[in-house]
Amino acid sequence: MKCEFADSLLQGYFDGELSGRRTAEFERHLQHCAHCSAELVDLDMVSGMLRLTPLYQPAPVSLRRKIDAYLRPIEPAAPTSQPFPWQWLATAAALLLVAIVIWRVSPELRNDDYQAELAGEIVEAHLRALQPGHMNGVASANVGVVKEWFDAKIKFALPVRDFAKAGFALNGGRMDVIEGRSVAVLVYEHNGRPINVFIWATREPDTPPRAGYRQGFQWVDWRKDNMEFCAVSDADPADLELLQQLINSSV
Amino acid sequence: MSELELEDRARFEQLVMPHVDAAFNLARWLLRGRADAEDVAQEALLRACRFFRGFHGGDARAWLLQIVRNTCYTWLEKNRPMELSMEFNEEIHLQACATPETLAIAGDDRGRLIVALESLPPRFREVLVLRELEGCSYKEIAAITSIPIGTVMSSLSRARRQLYSALANFAHKGAVREV
Repeated sequence: MKCEFADSLLQGYFDGELSGRRTAEFERHLQHCAHCSAELVDLDMVSGMLRLTPLYQPAPVSLRRKIDAYLRPIEPAAPTSQPFPWQWLATAAALLLVAIVIWRVSPELRNDDYQAELAGEIVEAHLRALQPGHMNGVASANVGVVKEWFDAKIKFALPVRDFAKAGFALNGGRMDVIEGRSVAVLVYEHNGRPINVFIWATREPDTPPRAGYRQGFQWVDWRKDNMEFCAVSDADPADLELLQQLINSSV
Repeated sequence: MSELELEDRARFEQLVMPHVDAAFNLARWLLRGRADAEDVAQEALLRACRFFRGFHGGDARAWLLQIVRNTCYTWLEKNRPMELSMEFNEEIHLQACATPETLAIAGDDRGRLIVALESLPPRFREVLVLRELEGCSYKEIAAITSIPIGTVMSSLSRARRQLYSALANFAHKGAVREV
């Protein structure tokens, strides 16, 4: 039979929300209430599972970036046509403002241009790869076979991994050309959709993932350990983010 | 930015921005999807910016999560009114959740837990997420959800029991993915 305290004091006791006096009272109750004792075991199991399983979903980088952009918009340049004698002062102030704005945002802007251009080329390559008969690389789910195929073709240690258990099965690999250089491509399949991961060597410092959307495809680009990665697919952005995390933690 | 003065902006960045993860996580579990959660969390954060002058100190996380929760419920009322009116029913919910995607993730313990948690009604899901994932006290949960502490306790109790039976249901049916 259900105990009248199960929905109230038992929870408070379990969550450590009772006062010292009520805790002592409830402990006396527990000694002779089989129902509450049994419930306590179940509570512990459910609560333990929720706490020990990685369920917490941190905010994607894109959300933070949107809020930051809202908080710190780029200030518009001031008009410069002030009458003499203020004109020179206004011009100087406007120049200073422009200089500050350029200094603050230009690396970002250049980076965005680079990202946009790169994403364009990579989406094109992804589209080419979707054409039938394009697969001129190695078709295998065997990590060793794929690795060996790449060995003679690239000069860095390609992190070839299979994430089939997480739902991203390795399907093979091939070489492609992006911005004039040859890059390695690992092909994964998720829910029947291909995901191409383009990887090449770089001397640039590590960067966190940046995501974007182009011609109906989602892409994520990041750098780690002297390699640049760009994953492209028409899969759910969350899936791409998950694959990004899997690859990143395996490098 | 017209709504926030420079000084307020610094305070907002210092007090509210550390809780962006908490905001997204709550929205993710209330709406059961990352894309919707990002949109709604963004809307909630922008509202928080606009209302920030009305925040006079205290628990910034609870204040933000209250706005996130309200924004989520408004969104649910508009986009998925059925979900708010539906009481927990194992059969309906397990079926409703049994899309190929959820069945694929239901293959492991974490996947089963996600499907089971998502099968609970939003009002039970939120107390569990706030208590177990966010580590909120009863008082904080009461503030965020605008329900009395006694109701927080009984909601937690029912939510935990339903989650327990949803998990047991999985164990009974064995591998749901083979259906």
